[in-house]
Amino acid sequence: MASPLPPYASSLQIGWYYAFRVICGLIFFFLIFPILVIVPLSFNAQDFFTFTPEMLALNPEGYSLKHYRDFFTNPDWQLALWNSVTIAPAATLIATVLGTLAAIGLSQAHVPYKSAIMAILISPMIVPLIISAAGMYFFFSRIGLQGTYLGVVLAHAALGTPFVIITVTATLVGFDRSLTRASASLGADPVRTFFKVQMPLIMPGVISGALFAFITSFDEVVIVLFVGSASQKTLPWQMFIGLREQISPTILAVASVMVALSIALLFTLELLRRRSERLRGLAPG
Amino acid sequence: MSTVSETSHSALPDDGVVRAADGTPLKKSLARALRREKLRSFMLIAPLLAFIIIAFVAPIADMLFRSVENSIVRDTLPETVETLADWDPQSGELPDERVFAALYRDLQIAVEQRIHTRVGSRLNYQQPGMSGLFRGTGRDVRRMDEAGPFKPQFLETDEDWAEIETWAVIKRYSPTYTPGYFLNAVDAELTAEGVELKPQNERIYITLFNRTMVMSLIITFSCLLLGYPIAYLLAHLPMRSANVLMILVLLPFWTSLLVRTSAWKVLLQQQGVINDFLVWINLIDDAGRLVMINNQTGTIIAMTHILLPFMILPLYSVMQTISPSYVRAAKSLGATDWTAFWRVYFPQTVPGIGAGAILVFILSIGYYITPELVGGTSGVFISNRIAYHISTSLNWGLAAALGTILLGLVVVLFWVYDRIVGIDNVKLG
Repeated sequence: MASPLPPYASSLQIGWYYAFRVICGLIFFFLIFPILVIVPLSFNAQDFFTFTPEMLALNPEGYSLKHYRDFFTNPDWQLALWNSVTIAPAATLIATVLGTLAAIGLSQAHVPYKSAIMAILISPMIVPLIISAAGMYFFFSRIGLQGTYLGVVLAHAALGTPFVIITVTATLVGFDRSLTRASASLGADPVRTFFKVQMPLIMPGVISGALFAFITSFDEVVIVLFVGSASQKTLPWQMFIGLREQISPTILAVASVMVALSIALLFTLELLRRRSERLRGLAPG
Repeated sequence: MSTVSETSHSALPDDGVVRAADGTPLKKSLARALRREKLRSFMLIAPLLAFIIIAFVAPIADMLFRSVENSIVRDTLPETVETLADWDPQSGELPDERVFAALYRDLQIAVEQRIHTRVGSRLNYQQPGMSGLFRGTGRDVRRMDEAGPFKPQFLETDEDWAEIETWAVIKRYSPTYTPGYFLNAVDAELTAEGVELKPQNERIYITLFNRTMVMSLIITFSCLLLGYPIAYLLAHLPMRSANVLMILVLLPFWTSLLVRTSAWKVLLQQQGVINDFLVWINLIDDAGRLVMINNQTGTIIAMTHILLPFMILPLYSVMQTISPSYVRAAKSLGATDWTAFWRVYFPQTVPGIGAGAILVFILSIGYYITPELVGGTSGVFISNRIAYHISTSLNWGLAAALGTILLGLVVVLFWVYDRIVGIDNVKLG
């Protein structure tokens, strides 16, 4: 497939070559269309969920910012936005610090019960969310954490740690141990070695783990529905309620803002990946 | 690691033991260093391990315990439970006056603490009508003659007390632990004759488990069908164009689940973009708009879209490692394009198919949000029923039992995944 068709290709081969590309194009369309179509729809001047004739005629009167205005003025959405931007960073911080330390610990040569520990630490990623949510709801109610910010932050931090462990572990696989030994032989104590030598090298893994933890919390709705109460409602919570009860067109404006956020996130991660490959001496691909 | 205090020229016995610089035998010194290293790595892991155990493992364990825990009957009616132990439901006779007297005393206390309705609602899960029986009797128990005899007074209050079955249910659910919730979760019940399946038309959970499995399989299969060509294309394009196209896979992967679910909700509506388009190109007429949402179709389309990147990424990473020379060799030996693909290339991608398929299947059987929003009543999964029992019907024991079964299923699948792929090899992004 990589090379263009050879001159001796039969008409069947040529036909299949183009058919395959058309099929792939359709699948890419399926992947990307639903996400991109909501952006123009969010500028709809009517409260409809489809393109109005004015919009299709590119008539400026068919477009309006009213759904965005609603998002930025409605107190329900503002509370949800505020909660999301406070809970997610707090959960990210806990997940990143604890997860990075644990990943470094797990990467040492002699760790007893390594696979059992790994299984426990990864488990929040595997257990279906509804089960985690049910368990946390019962347990947090008993210890008085249900319906509190702390409860939601801790729950989200627990969900985020596996991602930090996985990304940091992946960075540590290529880590050259002789660098820490060199640092120690030059008289640096372990703490100094960690911050001056090891940390800068594993930073891309830590940051992408933190981004994963952030998006996990920022996008999470099942746990917060059970562990939180109305005063901890986040953006996904408000969207979920909005979609379940009756669809309000404001949701499309919120969704478009979140699409912009995920594009920003995607590019950050891509930059990190290139940086990490450069640091390892691989060609940026 | 060892501190240098003495050097080897000091007087050491020449016994052939290899020693470290400070004079301790090398073996001992190494063991000590190893111990210290183990301790240090454990200290690094410990904070997170403690955190996960408290914030995650303990809640799950607590939930698992709820699926068998059954102390309400014993706690609320302690004396009744004790006296009922001698009674045999098979005898065909009602319990004697002793039991009724015990029930009177237990209910007196329970009504005072206003907890008698809890027993009623607990037993109502097993036998409809028990909730009303306990509520009604609770009202009347204050007016009963303290001197007894109690049996006629109870029978007068509610004729259900004259039913053997009422007592049999109380006796059956008096132990501290019960398999009742689990039996309920698989549409069985504990009757006087032992474990029995419920009548065909009441078997909702088996239907729901089956539907969850079948729909997850369909979703997995459609992901494979759509994901395989994409992964193949990406793995065979030059790096530069593959990276650009990869963005089209990663953008949905990074986009909020609720954004994607809202998008499908908007697109699939009867007055939505897809139906409007089909009407516009005259494929369907205005009256014949397709119903694509709030049913199984909606769940399958939306979840295939959501889980597709989880299929493409593992497939892509496996296909990238396959050397093109195998296919070239096959062709040079006379294989047609199809034979070269099917007999040589495809078998090498099976590990990727396995990894992607199990991953998508595991994720999809536990899904809650998307089926809830686009599934209607016919497209919901077992997770939705668990959520219903926690927040609406408040039958927490049954929710826990259903959750335990689902968790068991996921753990088994994940164990398989670990054997095939290995958790360490999970790649993100």
